[in-house]
Amino acid sequence: MDTNSYLDMELLRFSTAGSVDDGKSTLIGRLLYDSKSIFQDQYEAIEESSKRKGDETVNLALLTDGLRAEREQGITIDVAYRYFATPKRKFIIADTPGHIQYTRNMVTGSSTSNLSIILVDARHGVVEQTCRHTFISSLLGIPHVVFCVNKMDLVDYSEEKFEKIKADLEAFSSKLDVQDIHFVPMSALNGDNVVNKSDNMDWYQGSTLMYLLENIHIGSDYNHIDCRFPIQYVVRPKSEKYPDYRGYAGRIAGGVFKPGDEVAVLPSGFTSKIKTIDVMGGSLEEAFAPMSVTMTLEDDIDVSRGDMIVRENNQPNVQQDIDIMICWLNDKKMVSRGKYAIKHTSNDVRCIVKEVKYKININNLHRIEDDKEVTMNDIARISIRTTKPLLYDKYTRNRGTGSLILIDESTNETVGAGMII
Amino acid sequence: MQSYSLTHLQELESEAIYVLREVASQFENPALLFSGGKDSIIVAHMARKAFWPGKIPFPLVHVDTGHNFPETIEFRDNYIKEIGANLIVGSVQQSIDEGKVVEEKGFNASRNALQTVTLLDTIEGHKFDCAMGGARRDEEKARAKERFFSHRDDFGQWDPKNQRPELWNIFNGQKNIGEHFRVFPISNWTEMDVWQYILHEKINIPSIYLAHERDVFVRDSVIMSTTSFIEQRDTEPTIRKKVRFRTIGDATCTGAVESDADSIEKIIEEVAAARTTERGTRSDDKRSEAAMEDRKKAGYF
Repeated sequence: MDTNSYLDMELLRFSTAGSVDDGKSTLIGRLLYDSKSIFQDQYEAIEESSKRKGDETVNLALLTDGLRAEREQGITIDVAYRYFATPKRKFIIADTPGHIQYTRNMVTGSSTSNLSIILVDARHGVVEQTCRHTFISSLLGIPHVVFCVNKMDLVDYSEEKFEKIKADLEAFSSKLDVQDIHFVPMSALNGDNVVNKSDNMDWYQGSTLMYLLENIHIGSDYNHIDCRFPIQYVVRPKSEKYPDYRGYAGRIAGGVFKPGDEVAVLPSGFTSKIKTIDVMGGSLEEAFAPMSVTMTLEDDIDVSRGDMIVRENNQPNVQQDIDIMICWLNDKKMVSRGKYAIKHTSNDVRCIVKEVKYKININNLHRIEDDKEVTMNDIARISIRTTKPLLYDKYTRNRGTGSLILIDESTNETVGAGMII
Repeated sequence: MQSYSLTHLQELESEAIYVLREVASQFENPALLFSGGKDSIIVAHMARKAFWPGKIPFPLVHVDTGHNFPETIEFRDNYIKEIGANLIVGSVQQSIDEGKVVEEKGFNASRNALQTVTLLDTIEGHKFDCAMGGARRDEEKARAKERFFSHRDDFGQWDPKNQRPELWNIFNGQKNIGEHFRVFPISNWTEMDVWQYILHEKINIPSIYLAHERDVFVRDSVIMSTTSFIEQRDTEPTIRKKVRFRTIGDATCTGAVESDADSIEKIIEEVAAARTTERGTRSDDKRSEAAMEDRKKAGYF
C-alpha cells in the first residue's frame, strides 16, 4: 500500500435502516467481510459464539450486536457505529435497529449521514416499514438514498420483480423531498451486487452497492453558498507573543469565507472585515464548511459564543416564533405549553411550546389533526416561541443552522430533535 | 464551480476540534486524560490546534498505575514541558497505600482494574466535571455505542440503556451537581486514521511503538515485556525478540507484537495487513466476553 494514498480519501457517513429479518446485519457483515475489514480474532470470536448458540453458519449479525444485554435477548438496543475503509473512502456506518425504538434511533443515526441504505425484501416488496424508512431519510435531509432490493436469490433473480418494486418506490418517493435515489438488486447472503457484480443478474446494468458508496458525489452535501460561522469559543491568549490577539473559533456551518470579506456579526449587526483565518502554524486563503478555524476581524467589536459571523448581503432568519418538525425522543410525553431548553448551533435559549399543529402518520404520511399528544417516536409539526431570537436557516437549506434539540430542564435529558421549517 | 471538499483526516480533525471547543465552552472544570499513548497524544495535539495561539485551557491528567513503561513516562514529561501544559498525576500506588484498593496477587496480577478507583478519586478530588479521553468506537464492541458526550451518574457509572440521544453536532453537556461527563473527541477514528494522522502531522510518539530489540516472554500466546512488575513462571523463559507495541497500557497487561516496523510508514503498512485487532494484545479485555462492558459500567475509561 502506498502510504500517501490516504491523502485523497474522502469520508462518507451512511446509515442503514431495516426491520427484523430483512438481512441488514448480513449486508453489513458482507460489506465488512468482502472489503476485508473484519479481523481474524473478531471472526473467530463470532464463529465461537455462533457455535455455542447452535447456529450452523457463522452469524455475521453478531459482529454488530455489541452489548451483553443485546446478545442475551438477540436484539439491538441503540445506534452502533461501524468503520471500514477502501482505498477511495473511509466509511462510518450508523447501524440502527428495527424494533420498537425504531424512529428515535433512526433519526439519531441519520442526522449526520450523507447517505441512507434502505433494505427491501424482494419477496415482500414495498411494505409499511419501507415507507417509514424513506420518510425519515427525507425528513432528516439525507442527500442520497440507496434502496437495496435484497434476497433476489429467493425470487429467482427476477428482473420483473425488481422493476415492479423500483416503480413502487419511485412513486412513493416522488411525494417526498429526496434528491438522489438509486436502486440495487442484490443478495447480501450470496454477495450478489454488494461488492462484486452478480453473475445471476445479467439484466442489471447499474452499479454495485460498493461502487455507489465509493463514487457518489458528496462534495456538494454541505451548503457552500450561505456563509454561516457560529462562534463557539473566543481565543484570547494574553501572552507575550500575542498580547492583543482576539480570535473567534468555530466550525463553519455554511459557505466559503476569505480574508477581506465584508461580514456582519449577529445578533448585534455590527459590520467588519475578516482580517485573518487562522489555524495552528499559519493562516488560510479561504475556509469552507465543515472546517474548524479561528477568525480575526479588522475592527474591535464585542463578539461572544452564540453570535454568528455571516456575509453582510446574505443573512439568516432572525426570529422568535418558529415552526419545527419535531421527533420526540423521550418516555415522558411532550407537555403542551411546556417550557424546554434549546440548543441550536452554539446558542442556548429556552422556549415554550405554543401549539401542536399536527402529527404525521409515518407509514402513509397522512396528517393526524385530532390527536395532539406527542409521545416517544412521534413526529409532529409544532410552533414554539423562544426567549431570544434564533439565527437560523431552514433545515432543508442548511442541516447545521436548521437543526436544534429540546432538553427537559428537570432531567437534563435530550427529549426532542427539531428541524426548522 | 470549484469543488470544496475535505479529506477524511481533515474532516475527522475538524470534528474533534469542534468537540474540544464545545467541552471548553460547556464545562467549568474539564480535564484531558493523558496516558502517553498515541490516542491521547493526538487528542492533546488537536487541543493545541483548537485553542492556538492560546494554550490548552485545561489540565492533562495521567492516571499512573506505577507500572508504566519507562519510555512512556519519559515521553510524557518531555511532551508536557514542550507544550507548556499543566499536568496532574493520579497515583494508583497512593490509592493502594491509602487502603482504598487492594492489589491483585499472583501471576496474572494487574493494576488495570484499580485504575478506575484512582481515576474517580482524581476526578472527585479536583472537582472535574468532564474528563476527555482518546477512546475510539472501533476499539471494542461496548465502545461502538458510546456517545461523544457520555453522561456519568454521581458514582461515575455508565448506564448503556440510559444514554442521551446525540443528534447532528449538537452536544448536550447539561448535568446535575456531582455528575460528570466523559467526552471522546476521536470517537470516529480508527487505528489506521490515527497512524495516518501521526504521519501527516509529524507527531512525536513514545519510542516503544516502533520496532526494537527487547527482553520478552510468552504467556497465553501473548508476548509480554520482561519487567520487575511481573512474576514469570519457570515455564516462561526470557527471550530476545524484535517487537513493538500496538497499544501502550500498563506494562503488566500490554502485549507486544513481533515486528520490523521501525518507522511510521512501515507501521501503516503493517496495520493495513494486520489480521488481528489492536486490543487483541490486551489481556485485560480477554477476561470475559463482556469484560469491557462491565468495566465501563463501573466507571473505567
